[in-house]
Amino acid sequence: MTALALDRVSVSLGGAVVLDALSYEVEAGEWVALIGPNGAGKTTALRAVAGLVPYGGRLRVFEHDAGAIARKALARQVALVPQVPLIPGDITVREYVLLGRTPHLGYFGTEGRADQRAADAAIEQLDLVPFSHRRLDTLSGGERQRATLARALAQDASLLLLDEPTAALDMGRQQQVLEIVDRLRGSRGLTVVSTMHDLTLAGQYADRLLLLDGGRLVAAGVADEVLTRPLITEHYGAEVEVVDAPGSGFVVVPVRRPR
Amino acid sequence: MRRGEGRIWLPLAFVFLAAAMLTGVLVGPVHLGAVSVVHATFAHVFGLHSPLSGADDAILWELRLPRVILGALVGGTLAAAGASYQGVFRNPLADPYLLGAAAGAGLGATVVVAYAPGSGLTGDLLPVSAFIGAAVAVVLAYALGRSAGAAAGPAALVLAGVTIASFLTALETFVQQQHVDTVQEVYSWLLGRLATTGWREVGIVLPYAVVAWVIILMHRRLLDVLAVGDEEAASLGVNVARVRLFVVVAATIATAAAVAVAGLIAFVGIIVPHTIRLLVGGSYRLLLPLSVIVGAGFLVFADVIARTVLAPQELPIGVVTAFFGAPFFAVVLRTTRRTA
Repeated sequence: MTALALDRVSVSLGGAVVLDALSYEVEAGEWVALIGPNGAGKTTALRAVAGLVPYGGRLRVFEHDAGAIARKALARQVALVPQVPLIPGDITVREYVLLGRTPHLGYFGTEGRADQRAADAAIEQLDLVPFSHRRLDTLSGGERQRATLARALAQDASLLLLDEPTAALDMGRQQQVLEIVDRLRGSRGLTVVSTMHDLTLAGQYADRLLLLDGGRLVAAGVADEVLTRPLITEHYGAEVEVVDAPGSGFVVVPVRRPR
Repeated sequence: MRRGEGRIWLPLAFVFLAAAMLTGVLVGPVHLGAVSVVHATFAHVFGLHSPLSGADDAILWELRLPRVILGALVGGTLAAAGASYQGVFRNPLADPYLLGAAAGAGLGATVVVAYAPGSGLTGDLLPVSAFIGAAVAVVLAYALGRSAGAAAGPAALVLAGVTIASFLTALETFVQQQHVDTVQEVYSWLLGRLATTGWREVGIVLPYAVVAWVIILMHRRLLDVLAVGDEEAASLGVNVARVRLFVVVAATIATAAAVAVAGLIAFVGIIVPHTIRLLVGGSYRLLLPLSVIVGAGFLVFADVIARTVLAPQELPIGVVTAFFGAPFFAVVLRTTRRTA
């Protein structure tokens, strides 16, 4: 089944075209990474899928026209983890994760037992049990990132959108979070679309990469098709070497040329 | 906060409110015993024979009890409205007067005092005019803020409120300048007071307060969702603009009703919710009901102080809430910061 189908999706913000006729299909269970330089339109593409910006073109989520689905129904299918989530410091991790159940509740509804269970399961899967009664402002950056992921999991959406899930994390935490996402993708049958700055990690974890530049899709495919020196140099303006590390994909190394 | 811990706070708050109300009806120039006061109150409610003498019974039923009930209604409303505003605007400094309610009510009151002399502080015209002024101010601020576009978010609304408030305050000052003799009367209203004439004021506020409390409390979970920001709340399927509108309308109408009968009582809408936040955490599920109960008790206590420290003179209650509220809040702030 196709989890996500974009058909000439365009977004203009303040008169500027930020996303220019992006067409692509993501199969259910896949992990697709959006890569590209700053301002390429990666985050905007995720926001369009989450229904947070008006767009032109057609966008289908699990075979349904996303534009015709009510906001709440869309939120049951699509969960977004923003790059810098707004963290209300004075509530507990568990209270925060429970907010993920919102699309499953009526306007004045409160969480029932099933909702509590869903939140507790998400907390457990992200190893947050010891933190569940701690206030969010007492957590480290990595723990907060896991709390936000837990909230998205509690949402029980089949399509998970991650905007720079590793941006503020150290190398170990980056691997830890991506391993968790990959594990959950398997155990929960999730489809993952993430934006990523670290090309090496993108190549190691995603099934396919989409390279965006200036709002346009300029390359798409598996890692060894997209992570090439000419493409990266052209679109990132960066001097790099791409090293084949046997068994662990391609490693993109920035290099400094002697003058 | 642990799950079980929440259960202790609500009973505690009710004990605080009950203590405040009992103090409120017992303290005064005429001594009424605690037992007979409770007995007489139940007698009135259930249509039985009161154990108090005629005069004592009138003091309780016509003077003290209406005033205590009014204080509870106004305090609970201001605290709940303050907490709601802080939630929908994600602004810790938001108070019930943020969107121009105070300026509008002030203008409404000033106009009555200046142009309808004689109706004064006890007449029917002033509360009506203050109520209309407050409501119109907030409607104007909301319309102006929305015209900046939903994308501008809560900041646009706050700025619109500041704009409307400045404009209405300028008008108010102008009217006062033209009628200098009215300044003292307007000023005493601006500082807030809980003077009652029987149950009239209670009757004015009660319906607005109860409806507003119910609407606000029904939104308590959605206010938690709004705490993660407009965009994330929208990605969780919430219509942010609608939640904000409902909560603002409910909080504003109740505030306008409270202002109309009690004047501008400062600080309750800020310190009560923040004290509760510091003690029990920021989730609105517990914060909102606690704000109603503790706000009610706080204002009843403040009124006891207002009418006793300089008896037989009365201190404006707004002075009491700030004078005793500020140091108390400073202590709470210091002690909880250390443990957090």
